Amino acid sequence: MVPFAGYEMPIQYTGEGGGIVAEHKWTRQSASLFDVSHMGQLALKDAADDPGSAARALEKLLPGLITSLKPGKMRYSLLLTEAGGVIDDLMVTNTGPHLALVVNGACKRDDIAHLREHLPDEITLTHFDDFALLALQGPKAGAVLEELIPGTGALTFMTAGLFEWEGAHLWVSRAGYTGEDGFEIAVHESRVEALAEALVADERVRPAGLGARDSLRLEAGLPLYGHDLTTDINPVSADLTFALSKKRRETGGYMGHGAVMTALENGPDQIRVGLTLEGRMPAREGAEVFAGDAKVGVVTSGGFSPTLGHPIAMAFIDAAHAAQGTSLEIAVRTKRLPATVSPMPFVPHRYYRGS
Amino acid sequence: MPRYFTDEHEWIEVEDDSATVGITDYAQEQLGDIVFVELPAVGTALDKGGDAAVVESVKAASDVYAPISGEVTEGNSALEDEPALVNSSPEEDGWFFRMSVADKDELEGLMDEAAYKEFVAGL
Repeated sequence: MVPFAGYEMPIQYTGEGGGIVAEHKWTRQSASLFDVSHMGQLALKDAADDPGSAARALEKLLPGLITSLKPGKMRYSLLLTEAGGVIDDLMVTNTGPHLALVVNGACKRDDIAHLREHLPDEITLTHFDDFALLALQGPKAGAVLEELIPGTGALTFMTAGLFEWEGAHLWVSRAGYTGEDGFEIAVHESRVEALAEALVADERVRPAGLGARDSLRLEAGLPLYGHDLTTDINPVSADLTFALSKKRRETGGYMGHGAVMTALENGPDQIRVGLTLEGRMPAREGAEVFAGDAKVGVVTSGGFSPTLGHPIAMAFIDAAHAAQGTSLEIAVRTKRLPATVSPMPFVPHRYYRGS
Repeated sequence: MPRYFTDEHEWIEVEDDSATVGITDYAQEQLGDIVFVELPAVGTALDKGGDAAVVESVKAASDVYAPISGEVTEGNSALEDEPALVNSSPEEDGWFFRMSVADKDELEGLMDEAAYKEFVAGL
Protein backbone atom coordinates (compact mmCIF):
# COMPACT_ATOMS: atom_id res chain seq x y z
CA MET A 1 0.00 0.00 0.00
CA VAL A 2 1.27 3.49 -0.79
CA PRO A 3 -0.04 6.98 -0.02
CA PHE A 4 -1.65 8.43 -3.15
CA ALA A 5 -3.71 11.62 -3.33
CA GLY A 6 -4.42 11.34 0.39
CA TYR A 7 -5.49 7.69 0.17
CA GLU A 8 -3.76 4.42 0.95
CA MET A 9 -3.76 2.49 -2.31
CA PRO A 10 -2.24 -0.76 -3.55
CA ILE A 11 0.47 -0.64 -6.22
CA GLN A 12 -0.31 -4.27 -6.85
CA TYR A 13 -2.13 -7.17 -5.24
CA THR A 14 -0.42 -10.23 -3.80
CA GLY A 15 -1.30 -13.88 -4.23
CA GLU A 16 -2.34 -15.75 -7.34
CA GLY A 17 -2.84 -13.40 -10.29
CA GLY A 18 -1.20 -10.55 -8.38
CA GLY A 19 1.74 -8.42 -9.53
CA ILE A 20 1.77 -5.56 -12.00
CA VAL A 21 2.52 -7.60 -15.13
CA ALA A 22 -0.04 -10.32 -14.32
CA GLU A 23 -2.70 -7.72 -13.47
CA HIS A 24 -1.87 -5.76 -16.62
CA LYS A 25 -2.15 -8.82 -18.87
CA TRP A 26 -5.35 -9.97 -17.17
CA THR A 27 -6.92 -6.59 -17.92
CA ARG A 28 -6.03 -6.93 -21.60
CA GLN A 29 -7.39 -10.50 -21.86
CA SER A 30 -10.26 -10.68 -19.37
CA ALA A 31 -11.36 -8.00 -16.86
CA SER A 32 -9.86 -6.25 -13.84
CA LEU A 33 -11.41 -4.33 -11.00
CA PHE A 34 -9.69 -1.10 -9.92
CA ASP A 35 -10.66 0.96 -6.89
CA VAL A 36 -10.51 4.55 -8.16
CA SER A 37 -12.47 6.08 -5.30
CA HIS A 38 -9.77 8.73 -4.88
CA MET A 39 -11.13 10.42 -8.01
CA GLY A 40 -13.29 13.44 -7.26
CA GLN A 41 -16.98 13.00 -8.04
CA LEU A 42 -18.69 16.37 -8.36
CA ALA A 43 -22.05 17.60 -9.59
CA LEU A 44 -23.19 20.98 -10.88
CA LYS A 45 -26.81 22.08 -11.06
CA ASP A 46 -29.07 25.06 -10.72
CA ALA A 47 -32.14 25.38 -8.51
CA ALA A 48 -34.45 24.32 -11.33
CA ASP A 49 -32.53 21.08 -12.04
CA ASP A 50 -31.75 22.48 -15.46
CA PRO A 51 -28.40 21.08 -16.61
CA GLY A 52 -28.45 23.66 -19.40
CA SER A 53 -27.61 26.54 -17.09
CA ALA A 54 -24.88 24.51 -15.39
CA ALA A 55 -23.51 23.61 -18.84
CA ARG A 56 -23.44 27.25 -19.93
CA ALA A 57 -21.62 28.17 -16.72
CA LEU A 58 -19.12 25.32 -17.01
CA GLU A 59 -18.40 26.17 -20.66
CA LYS A 60 -16.78 29.39 -19.43
CA LEU A 61 -14.05 27.27 -17.80
CA LEU A 62 -13.30 24.64 -20.42
CA PRO A 63 -12.92 24.34 -24.22
CA GLY A 64 -15.46 21.57 -24.86
CA LEU A 65 -19.07 21.73 -25.99
CA ILE A 66 -21.12 20.91 -22.91
CA THR A 67 -24.43 22.61 -23.79
CA SER A 68 -24.91 20.18 -26.69
CA LEU A 69 -24.25 17.14 -24.51
CA LYS A 70 -27.42 15.04 -24.45
CA PRO A 71 -28.63 13.25 -21.31
CA GLY A 72 -26.61 10.07 -20.76
CA LYS A 73 -23.66 11.30 -22.84
CA MET A 74 -20.23 12.15 -21.53
CA ARG A 75 -17.20 14.03 -22.81
CA TYR A 76 -13.51 14.36 -21.93
CA SER A 77 -12.44 17.95 -21.28
CA LEU A 78 -9.86 20.18 -19.64
CA LEU A 79 -10.00 22.92 -17.03
CA LEU A 80 -7.69 25.68 -18.28
CA THR A 81 -5.91 28.68 -16.80
CA GLU A 82 -6.04 32.10 -18.50
CA ALA A 83 -2.62 31.24 -19.97
CA GLY A 84 -4.06 28.04 -21.47
CA GLY A 85 -2.35 25.69 -19.00
CA VAL A 86 -4.14 22.54 -17.94
CA ILE A 87 -5.49 22.70 -14.37
CA ASP A 88 -6.94 19.20 -14.68
CA ASP A 89 -8.46 16.81 -17.17
CA LEU A 90 -11.91 15.51 -16.42
CA MET A 91 -15.02 13.71 -17.60
CA VAL A 92 -18.27 15.66 -17.88
CA THR A 93 -21.58 13.78 -18.07
CA ASN A 94 -25.10 15.08 -18.57
CA THR A 95 -27.01 12.93 -16.07
CA GLY A 96 -30.35 14.60 -16.77
CA PRO A 97 -30.93 16.77 -13.71
CA HIS A 98 -27.30 17.80 -13.33
CA LEU A 99 -23.81 17.67 -14.78
CA ALA A 100 -21.52 15.08 -13.23
CA LEU A 101 -17.78 15.72 -13.20
CA VAL A 102 -15.07 13.16 -12.47
CA VAL A 103 -11.73 14.82 -11.73
CA ASN A 104 -8.30 13.58 -10.65
CA GLY A 105 -7.90 12.70 -6.98
CA ALA A 106 -4.77 14.76 -6.47
CA CYS A 107 -6.43 17.82 -8.05
CA LYS A 108 -9.92 17.66 -6.62
CA ARG A 109 -9.49 20.21 -3.81
CA ASP A 110 -7.98 22.76 -6.20
CA ASP A 111 -10.61 21.98 -8.84
CA ILE A 112 -13.42 22.57 -6.38
CA ALA A 113 -11.87 25.88 -5.32
CA HIS A 114 -11.42 26.91 -8.97
CA LEU A 115 -15.00 25.97 -9.91
CA ARG A 116 -16.45 27.64 -6.82
CA GLU A 117 -14.50 30.82 -7.51
CA HIS A 118 -15.55 31.14 -11.13
CA LEU A 119 -19.05 29.64 -11.31
CA PRO A 120 -22.02 31.90 -10.57
CA ASP A 121 -23.61 31.56 -7.15
CA GLU A 122 -26.84 30.07 -8.51
CA ILE A 123 -24.92 26.97 -9.64
CA THR A 124 -24.67 24.48 -6.79
CA LEU A 125 -21.50 22.39 -6.61
CA THR A 126 -21.81 19.11 -4.73
CA HIS A 127 -18.83 16.94 -3.86
CA PHE A 128 -19.97 13.32 -3.53
CA ASP A 129 -17.19 12.41 -1.16
CA ASP A 130 -19.28 9.59 0.30
CA PHE A 131 -19.34 7.83 -3.07
CA ALA A 132 -16.79 5.25 -4.15
CA LEU A 133 -15.79 4.65 -7.77
CA LEU A 134 -14.94 1.24 -9.19
CA ALA A 135 -13.44 0.72 -12.64
CA LEU A 136 -14.15 -2.61 -14.32
CA GLN A 137 -11.89 -2.79 -17.37
CA GLY A 138 -11.16 -5.39 -20.00
CA PRO A 139 -12.68 -7.22 -22.99
CA LYS A 140 -14.91 -9.35 -20.72
CA ALA A 141 -16.12 -6.40 -18.63
CA GLY A 142 -19.26 -5.98 -20.73
CA ALA A 143 -20.41 -9.57 -20.35
CA VAL A 144 -19.57 -9.65 -16.65
CA LEU A 145 -21.46 -6.49 -15.80
CA GLU A 146 -24.48 -7.37 -17.96
CA GLU A 147 -24.89 -10.59 -15.96
CA LEU A 148 -24.65 -8.80 -12.62
CA ILE A 149 -26.53 -5.64 -13.59
CA PRO A 150 -28.82 -6.30 -16.56
CA GLY A 151 -29.07 -3.41 -19.00
CA THR A 152 -25.52 -2.12 -18.59
CA GLY A 153 -24.45 -4.06 -21.68
CA ALA A 154 -26.54 -1.71 -23.81
CA LEU A 155 -24.34 1.25 -22.90
CA THR A 156 -21.79 2.24 -25.53
CA PHE A 157 -18.45 4.03 -25.09
CA MET A 158 -18.88 7.43 -23.42
CA THR A 159 -22.50 6.91 -22.41
CA ALA A 160 -23.83 6.45 -18.90
CA GLY A 161 -26.96 5.68 -16.95
CA LEU A 162 -28.55 5.00 -13.59
CA PHE A 163 -28.89 1.34 -12.57
CA GLU A 164 -29.89 -0.57 -9.49
CA TRP A 165 -28.15 -3.48 -7.84
CA GLU A 166 -29.64 -5.10 -4.73
CA GLY A 167 -31.34 -1.86 -3.80
CA ALA A 168 -28.25 0.29 -4.34
CA HIS A 169 -28.28 3.05 -6.94
CA LEU A 170 -25.33 2.86 -9.29
CA TRP A 171 -24.24 5.45 -11.80
CA VAL A 172 -22.55 3.42 -14.53
CA SER A 173 -20.41 4.99 -17.27
CA ARG A 174 -18.95 3.00 -20.16
CA ALA A 175 -15.51 4.58 -19.98
CA GLY A 176 -12.16 4.17 -18.34
CA TYR A 177 -8.47 4.83 -18.65
CA THR A 178 -6.93 1.58 -19.83
CA GLY A 179 -7.74 1.63 -23.56
CA GLU A 180 -10.01 -1.38 -23.06
CA ASP A 181 -13.76 -1.59 -23.05
CA GLY A 182 -15.06 -1.16 -19.53
CA PHE A 183 -17.04 0.77 -16.99
CA GLU A 184 -16.74 3.16 -14.10
CA ILE A 185 -19.32 2.55 -11.42
CA ALA A 186 -20.20 5.16 -8.83
CA VAL A 187 -21.69 3.60 -5.72
CA HIS A 188 -22.33 4.79 -2.17
CA GLU A 189 -19.47 3.91 0.17
CA SER A 190 -21.81 1.79 2.29
CA ARG A 191 -22.32 -0.63 -0.63
CA VAL A 192 -19.01 -0.56 -2.45
CA GLU A 193 -17.45 -3.47 -0.63
CA ALA A 194 -20.40 -5.75 -1.38
CA LEU A 195 -20.37 -4.70 -5.02
CA ALA A 196 -16.60 -5.22 -5.32
CA GLU A 197 -16.95 -8.67 -3.74
CA ALA A 198 -19.73 -9.54 -6.18
CA LEU A 199 -17.59 -8.46 -9.13
CA VAL A 200 -14.42 -10.32 -8.14
CA ALA A 201 -16.53 -13.39 -7.32
CA ASP A 202 -16.81 -13.75 -11.10
CA GLU A 203 -13.82 -15.85 -12.17
CA ARG A 204 -13.28 -13.55 -15.16
CA VAL A 205 -12.55 -10.62 -12.81
CA ARG A 206 -9.43 -10.03 -10.70
CA PRO A 207 -8.40 -7.01 -8.68
CA ALA A 208 -5.68 -4.72 -10.08
CA GLY A 209 -3.71 -1.89 -8.51
CA LEU A 210 -2.16 1.45 -9.36
CA GLY A 211 0.87 -0.10 -11.06
CA ALA A 212 -1.17 -1.83 -13.74
CA ARG A 213 -3.42 1.20 -14.08
CA ASP A 214 -0.34 3.26 -14.94
CA SER A 215 1.21 0.78 -17.40
CA LEU A 216 -2.18 0.25 -19.10
CA ARG A 217 -2.87 3.95 -19.60
CA LEU A 218 0.69 4.46 -20.89
CA GLU A 219 0.18 1.76 -23.53
CA ALA A 220 -3.14 3.40 -24.38
CA GLY A 221 -1.34 6.73 -24.93
CA LEU A 222 -3.45 8.47 -22.30
CA PRO A 223 -1.79 11.36 -20.43
CA LEU A 224 -1.60 11.34 -16.65
CA TYR A 225 -2.18 14.61 -14.84
CA GLY A 226 0.83 15.82 -12.85
CA HIS A 227 3.17 14.03 -15.25
CA ASP A 228 2.11 14.51 -18.88
CA LEU A 229 -0.23 17.39 -18.10
CA THR A 230 0.43 20.39 -15.85
CA THR A 231 -0.50 24.07 -15.67
CA ASP A 232 2.67 24.76 -17.72
CA ILE A 233 1.36 22.67 -20.62
CA ASN A 234 -1.37 23.78 -23.02
CA PRO A 235 -3.74 21.38 -24.80
CA VAL A 236 -2.08 21.94 -28.19
CA SER A 237 1.33 20.98 -26.82
CA ALA A 238 -0.27 18.00 -25.04
CA ASP A 239 -1.67 16.84 -28.41
CA LEU A 240 -5.21 17.08 -27.03
CA THR A 241 -6.59 19.37 -29.73
CA PHE A 242 -9.52 16.96 -30.10
CA ALA A 243 -10.71 18.36 -26.76
CA LEU A 244 -10.79 21.88 -28.27
CA SER A 245 -14.28 21.95 -29.73
CA LYS A 246 -14.14 23.35 -33.30
CA LYS A 247 -17.20 25.47 -32.71
CA ARG A 248 -15.89 26.87 -29.46
CA ARG A 249 -12.53 27.73 -31.02
CA GLU A 250 -14.57 30.26 -33.02
CA THR A 251 -17.07 31.36 -30.43
CA GLY A 252 -14.60 31.39 -27.54
CA GLY A 253 -15.87 32.66 -24.22
CA TYR A 254 -13.82 30.33 -22.05
CA MET A 255 -10.85 30.80 -19.80
CA GLY A 256 -7.63 30.29 -21.74
CA HIS A 257 -9.27 30.67 -25.18
CA GLY A 258 -6.88 33.40 -26.34
CA ALA A 259 -3.80 31.46 -25.32
CA VAL A 260 -5.10 28.24 -26.86
CA MET A 261 -5.87 29.98 -30.17
CA THR A 262 -2.38 31.47 -30.26
CA ALA A 263 -0.89 28.01 -29.68
CA LEU A 264 -3.11 26.57 -32.44
CA GLU A 265 -2.13 29.29 -34.91
CA ASN A 266 1.60 29.30 -34.18
CA GLY A 267 1.93 25.59 -33.49
CA PRO A 268 3.37 24.35 -30.20
CA ASP A 269 7.06 24.73 -29.30
CA GLN A 270 7.00 21.20 -27.94
CA ILE A 271 4.52 18.42 -28.47
CA ARG A 272 3.66 15.28 -26.54
CA VAL A 273 4.72 12.24 -28.57
CA GLY A 274 5.13 8.53 -28.07
CA LEU A 275 8.61 6.98 -28.08
CA THR A 276 9.37 3.32 -28.58
CA LEU A 277 12.66 1.95 -27.28
CA GLU A 278 14.64 -1.10 -28.27
CA GLY A 279 15.94 -3.69 -25.84
CA ARG A 280 14.59 -3.87 -22.33
CA MET A 281 15.99 -0.89 -20.42
CA PRO A 282 13.17 1.56 -19.66
CA ALA A 283 13.46 5.34 -19.71
CA ARG A 284 11.56 6.99 -16.86
CA GLU A 285 9.96 10.34 -16.18
CA GLY A 286 12.59 13.10 -16.20
CA ALA A 287 14.99 11.41 -18.65
CA GLU A 288 16.34 13.89 -21.21
CA VAL A 289 15.87 13.30 -24.93
CA PHE A 290 18.55 14.18 -27.49
CA ALA A 291 18.89 14.61 -31.25
CA GLY A 292 22.63 14.23 -31.64
CA ASP A 293 24.18 16.53 -29.03
CA ALA A 294 21.14 18.78 -28.75
CA LYS A 295 18.65 18.28 -25.98
CA VAL A 296 15.23 18.33 -27.63
CA GLY A 297 12.88 17.19 -24.88
CA VAL A 298 12.14 15.26 -21.75
CA VAL A 299 10.30 12.05 -20.89
CA THR A 300 7.14 12.64 -18.84
CA SER A 301 6.01 9.00 -18.49
CA GLY A 302 7.95 5.89 -19.28
CA GLY A 303 8.15 2.24 -18.51
CA PHE A 304 8.20 -1.28 -19.78
CA SER A 305 5.20 -2.29 -21.87
CA PRO A 306 4.01 -5.73 -20.70
CA THR A 307 1.90 -6.14 -23.85
CA LEU A 308 4.64 -5.21 -26.34
CA GLY A 309 7.62 -6.60 -24.43
CA HIS A 310 9.77 -3.48 -24.83
CA PRO A 311 9.94 -0.07 -23.16
CA ILE A 312 7.72 2.83 -24.24
CA ALA A 313 7.50 6.44 -23.16
CA MET A 314 5.67 9.72 -23.57
CA ALA A 315 7.85 12.79 -23.99
CA PHE A 316 7.54 16.47 -24.81
CA ILE A 317 9.77 17.03 -27.84
CA ASP A 318 10.71 20.18 -29.77
CA ALA A 319 8.32 20.43 -32.72
CA ALA A 320 11.19 20.18 -35.24
CA HIS A 321 12.05 16.69 -33.96
CA ALA A 322 8.56 15.38 -33.24
CA ALA A 323 7.62 13.88 -36.61
CA GLN A 324 6.63 10.21 -36.63
CA GLY A 325 9.63 7.96 -37.27
CA THR A 326 12.24 10.47 -36.05
CA SER A 327 15.23 8.72 -34.45
CA LEU A 328 16.22 10.22 -31.08
CA GLU A 329 18.21 9.17 -28.04
CA ILE A 330 17.21 9.11 -24.40
CA ALA A 331 19.86 9.58 -21.72
CA VAL A 332 19.46 6.97 -18.97
CA ARG A 333 22.25 7.01 -16.41
CA THR A 334 25.45 6.59 -18.48
CA LYS A 335 23.74 5.26 -21.60
CA ARG A 336 22.04 6.76 -24.64
CA LEU A 337 19.07 4.60 -25.59
CA PRO A 338 17.85 4.76 -29.20
CA ALA A 339 14.19 5.76 -29.40
CA THR A 340 11.80 6.34 -32.28
CA VAL A 341 8.90 8.80 -32.33
CA SER A 342 5.87 6.53 -32.67
CA PRO A 343 2.12 6.88 -33.00
CA MET A 344 -0.04 6.54 -29.91
CA PRO A 345 -1.85 4.57 -28.66
CA PHE A 346 0.99 2.05 -28.51
CA VAL A 347 -1.65 -0.67 -28.02
CA PRO A 348 -4.90 -0.13 -29.97
CA HIS A 349 -7.97 1.03 -28.06
CA ARG A 350 -10.81 -1.48 -27.95
CA TYR A 351 -13.74 0.63 -26.85
CA TYR A 352 -17.28 -0.71 -27.33
CA ARG A 353 -19.10 1.60 -29.72
CA GLY A 354 -22.06 -0.70 -30.40
CA SER A 355 -22.47 -3.87 -32.39
CA MET B 1 30.33 -21.41 1.55
CA PRO B 2 29.37 -18.56 3.83
CA ARG B 3 26.64 -16.23 2.67
CA TYR B 4 26.26 -12.70 4.01
CA PHE B 5 23.50 -10.11 3.72
CA THR B 6 23.34 -6.30 3.69
CA ASP B 7 20.65 -4.03 5.08
CA GLU B 8 20.07 -2.95 1.45
CA HIS B 9 18.92 -6.52 0.72
CA GLU B 10 21.88 -7.76 -1.28
CA TRP B 11 23.37 -11.19 -0.61
CA ILE B 12 27.00 -12.13 -1.15
CA GLU B 13 28.41 -15.61 -1.13
CA VAL B 14 32.14 -15.93 -0.67
CA GLU B 15 34.37 -18.71 -1.92
CA ASP B 16 38.07 -18.08 -1.37
CA ASP B 17 38.91 -14.73 -2.98
CA SER B 18 35.81 -14.61 -5.14
CA ALA B 19 32.22 -13.67 -4.31
CA THR B 20 28.82 -13.90 -5.99
CA VAL B 21 26.31 -11.08 -5.45
CA GLY B 22 22.56 -10.91 -5.90
CA ILE B 23 19.43 -9.48 -4.28
CA THR B 24 17.35 -11.29 -1.71
CA ASP B 25 13.96 -12.88 -2.06
CA TYR B 26 12.56 -10.10 0.12
CA ALA B 27 14.03 -7.50 -2.27
CA GLN B 28 12.59 -9.08 -5.41
CA GLU B 29 9.20 -9.33 -3.78
CA GLN B 30 9.28 -5.63 -2.90
CA LEU B 31 10.41 -4.67 -6.41
CA GLY B 32 7.81 -6.74 -8.23
CA ASP B 33 8.16 -7.85 -11.84
CA ILE B 34 11.73 -7.23 -12.96
CA VAL B 35 12.13 -6.30 -16.62
CA PHE B 36 15.79 -5.36 -16.88
CA VAL B 37 19.04 -5.61 -14.93
CA GLU B 38 21.93 -3.30 -15.74
CA LEU B 39 25.08 -5.13 -14.67
CA PRO B 40 28.53 -3.62 -14.14
CA ALA B 41 31.08 -4.37 -16.86
CA VAL B 42 33.80 -6.90 -16.14
CA GLY B 43 36.76 -5.03 -14.67
CA THR B 44 34.66 -2.37 -12.94
CA ALA B 45 36.14 -1.45 -9.57
CA LEU B 46 33.45 -1.45 -6.88
CA ASP B 47 33.56 0.34 -3.55
CA LYS B 48 31.71 -1.10 -0.59
CA GLY B 49 28.33 0.63 -0.41
CA GLY B 50 28.74 2.22 -3.84
CA ASP B 51 26.50 1.77 -6.90
CA ALA B 52 27.04 -1.61 -8.52
CA ALA B 53 23.98 -2.43 -10.62
CA VAL B 54 20.51 -1.15 -11.43
CA VAL B 55 17.43 -3.30 -11.36
CA GLU B 56 14.40 -2.09 -13.29
CA SER B 57 11.00 -3.33 -12.27
CA VAL B 58 7.80 -2.35 -14.04
CA LYS B 59 7.30 0.38 -11.48
CA ALA B 60 10.76 1.83 -10.87
CA ALA B 61 14.54 1.69 -11.20
CA SER B 62 16.41 0.69 -8.03
CA ASP B 63 20.11 0.78 -7.24
CA VAL B 64 21.97 -2.31 -6.13
CA TYR B 65 25.04 -1.56 -4.00
CA ALA B 66 28.34 -3.38 -3.67
CA PRO B 67 28.34 -5.32 -0.39
CA ILE B 68 32.15 -5.13 -0.29
CA SER B 69 34.96 -3.62 -2.36
CA GLY B 70 36.51 -5.50 -5.26
CA GLU B 71 36.56 -5.90 -9.02
CA VAL B 72 33.80 -7.32 -11.18
CA THR B 73 34.91 -10.59 -12.78
CA GLU B 74 31.69 -11.82 -14.42
CA GLY B 75 28.09 -10.75 -15.03
CA ASN B 76 25.19 -13.17 -15.16
CA SER B 77 24.48 -13.20 -18.89
CA ALA B 78 21.30 -15.24 -18.34
CA LEU B 79 19.66 -12.07 -16.99
CA GLU B 80 19.95 -10.35 -20.38
CA ASP B 81 17.31 -12.59 -21.93
CA GLU B 82 15.47 -13.52 -18.78
CA PRO B 83 15.55 -10.77 -16.12
CA ALA B 84 12.56 -12.49 -14.50
CA LEU B 85 15.05 -15.03 -13.12
CA VAL B 86 15.59 -12.46 -10.37
CA ASN B 87 11.93 -12.93 -9.41
CA SER B 88 11.81 -16.70 -9.78
CA SER B 89 15.24 -17.57 -8.35
CA PRO B 90 16.72 -14.50 -6.66
CA GLU B 91 19.18 -16.32 -4.47
CA GLU B 92 20.31 -18.97 -7.00
CA ASP B 93 19.97 -18.64 -10.81
CA GLY B 94 19.15 -14.94 -10.59
CA TRP B 95 22.56 -13.89 -9.25
CA PHE B 96 23.87 -10.56 -10.59
CA PHE B 97 27.65 -10.62 -10.78
CA ARG B 98 30.86 -12.14 -9.45
CA MET B 99 33.63 -10.06 -7.96
CA SER B 100 37.00 -10.32 -6.30
CA VAL B 101 37.24 -9.84 -2.55
CA ALA B 102 39.59 -6.93 -1.89
CA ASP B 103 39.41 -7.01 1.89
CA LYS B 104 37.90 -9.92 3.80
CA ASP B 105 37.52 -7.73 6.88
CA GLU B 106 34.70 -5.89 5.10
CA LEU B 107 32.58 -9.03 5.41
CA GLU B 108 32.52 -8.75 9.15
CA GLY B 109 30.06 -5.87 9.16
CA LEU B 110 27.50 -7.88 7.19
CA MET B 111 24.66 -10.03 8.51
CA ASP B 112 24.51 -13.82 8.43
CA GLU B 113 21.29 -15.53 7.33
CA ALA B 114 19.78 -15.67 10.80
CA ALA B 115 20.49 -11.99 11.48
CA TYR B 116 19.09 -11.00 8.08
CA LYS B 117 15.89 -12.98 8.70
CA GLU B 118 15.45 -11.16 11.95
CA PHE B 119 16.18 -7.84 10.22
CA VAL B 120 13.51 -8.49 7.57
CA ALA B 121 11.00 -9.64 10.17
CA GLY B 122 11.38 -6.27 11.87
CA LEU B 123 10.62 -4.26 8.70
